[in-house]
Amino acid sequence: MELIRISNIVKTYQLGAGGLQVLKGVSLSIQPGEMVALMGASGSGKTTLMNILGCLDRPTSGRYFLDGEEISRMSVNQRALVRNEKIGFVFQNFNLLARTTALENVLLPTAYSDAPVSGKTHRQRAADLLKQVGLAERMDHEPSQLSGGQQQRVAIARSLVNNPKLLLADEPTGNLDSRTSEEVLEMFQELNRTKGITILLVTHDANVAAHAQRTIHIRDGLIDGQPPAAEAPPSAVTTTG
Amino acid sequence: MLKLSTTLTTALRALQRNPLRSALTTLGIIIGIAAVIAMVQIGEGSSAAIKQTIANMGANELIIFPGAAASGGVSFGGGSAVTLTSADADAVARDCPSVSAAAPVVNGRMQLVRDSRNWVPQFIAGTTPAYFTIRDWAISQGRMFGNDDVSGANEVCVLGQTVVHQLFPSGKPLGKTILVNQVPLKVIGILQRKGANMMGMDQDDILVMPWTTMKYRVSGTALQNQNQSSAAANNGFSTDQLYPETSQNLYPVPSSVETADLPQPVRFPNVNTIMVSVPTSAQIPQAMKEITSLLRQRHHLRAGEPSDFNIRNLAEISHALGQTSRLMTNLLTGVALISLMVGGVGIMNIMLVSVTERTREIGLRMAIGAKPADILGQFILEAIVLCLFGGALGILLGQAMSSVVKAVLHWPIQLSAPAMVASVAVSVAVGLVFGYYPAWKASRLDPIEALRYE
Repeated sequence: MELIRISNIVKTYQLGAGGLQVLKGVSLSIQPGEMVALMGASGSGKTTLMNILGCLDRPTSGRYFLDGEEISRMSVNQRALVRNEKIGFVFQNFNLLARTTALENVLLPTAYSDAPVSGKTHRQRAADLLKQVGLAERMDHEPSQLSGGQQQRVAIARSLVNNPKLLLADEPTGNLDSRTSEEVLEMFQELNRTKGITILLVTHDANVAAHAQRTIHIRDGLIDGQPPAAEAPPSAVTTTG
Repeated sequence: MLKLSTTLTTALRALQRNPLRSALTTLGIIIGIAAVIAMVQIGEGSSAAIKQTIANMGANELIIFPGAAASGGVSFGGGSAVTLTSADADAVARDCPSVSAAAPVVNGRMQLVRDSRNWVPQFIAGTTPAYFTIRDWAISQGRMFGNDDVSGANEVCVLGQTVVHQLFPSGKPLGKTILVNQVPLKVIGILQRKGANMMGMDQDDILVMPWTTMKYRVSGTALQNQNQSSAAANNGFSTDQLYPETSQNLYPVPSSVETADLPQPVRFPNVNTIMVSVPTSAQIPQAMKEITSLLRQRHHLRAGEPSDFNIRNLAEISHALGQTSRLMTNLLTGVALISLMVGGVGIMNIMLVSVTERTREIGLRMAIGAKPADILGQFILEAIVLCLFGGALGILLGQAMSSVVKAVLHWPIQLSAPAMVASVAVSVAVGLVFGYYPAWKASRLDPIEALRYE
């Protein structure tokens, strides 16, 4: 069974009198263990699609199944739980908490976890992850004492601490120089290869996309090669808000 | 659902990350609570001092008067019955739980003579040592008379300041003898100055002696309304001077007619009034009830028969006292509320700034799985922790402030445990109330917007 399946996703933003349709009926599926790049120019709807895939936003209509669960019908709290358990986020600007050690930053998602795991186990796991990303010596360093590449590696360790099925990386190399970018991308490839984590790279950079097994291009709210959904099919679930 | 301890840790970490701002934020609460604690302690001290002052004026005193005697339909007016005794006073002090002390008082108005000077004081009281306790009156020189002086009807007396000035212009009255109604009494003590009472009468114009001395040596009857001028006019006359030739039999045997016309006065052991003190003015009604039932029983009054005594209190004063305390408390509560409001608004202000500044952090927390309720809880808890911390420091600071006031200004201070408990509760409440809006705002953020916030 596929990890991600979306069908006929439409997202319309209410702007004044008329609506701005950003996604015009997108359908795609991603298999577990895949490493996929989502490419598109700015304004193509790439970020909107990523927000929906990351369960941060809900589609105006269409259905989204993640790991067999229908996300498009879930409440705010349910989606928060899904994000916590199944998705790891890596951001362009790292989003680490300032004046907080690398270890504490990695532990952050465990604070919102429902899993009956002791704090000690979490700590051990966080320390192991930091070792894996090559920061064993820097666990007590704060973000301001780390280089950009190191900060992004802390962020990757943080995204993995709750054992997610999907790793969502939004322009993960956008703030890094080419050498560190290469290191980070290799780390993603290794995680994908050794742990079988599904990775979705969102980027506008073809060089970054080249590291993925498959690239999905999005343009004007549609995936390249797919016809626009003229009308919403009767089976589509319409959600509001 | 997020565990409380985790949220608490998160909140504490967030506050630690910006210690200076946390400290400055909480300063409002520290000052507010400190002001409340200091105010309440100083206020309660002053309130207690005012109560003490009013009690000195007699608010906690009861006076028992004998009732009216009547003969053949002619009433002799209040106080004319001869039913109150010093044994009644002893019984009241012993058997009424709401009474702290009771003293019998025999009044009189007589001339005092010392050498070439004479004086008629406002008050001459024959009583027991309990009188000084009831009136909260201390001796400034010499000593008070004791219970043995009362039982022995010793010829001793204690003078008020005015009497000392009138009779002893040179001072030093201790150990000297004065004549009271021509009975020599030794001055053994001088009372402290008390000033005028509420009627404007000089309370220092007083002579106090054992009631037995007054009753059995000096005045002879309970109410001696002696005409002073006639007493003065009789002074120095003797039958020897009028009829020098006649040898006088000093103690002639009275004829039966004389005996019938001039009966020997019966010396009742009655007293004019009984003064009673009650620990607090609130106990006055209870004390009056107890005294009434005790005295009715002692005087063998049947149910339905009117009491042969009256009890009077200074109810107006106790009423004023109550109102003064209430006013004081309300005033302090008002001040407390205002200072805490200001502190609370400070907390809200900084929490709002904090929410704006930490928008990205909130976005991140939401992205990695924080529910709106978690964010709400975190920010409210931050505010409560700040307020609690401020409350604790405020209590210490307020304590220090009131100690300084006590040391420097010598104002009375009273420690108030309820005020401290209330301060902590109020701190938490302030954190909850003023932290709620910023926290609610934080929890309503859209994670997508928040993550993109610059």
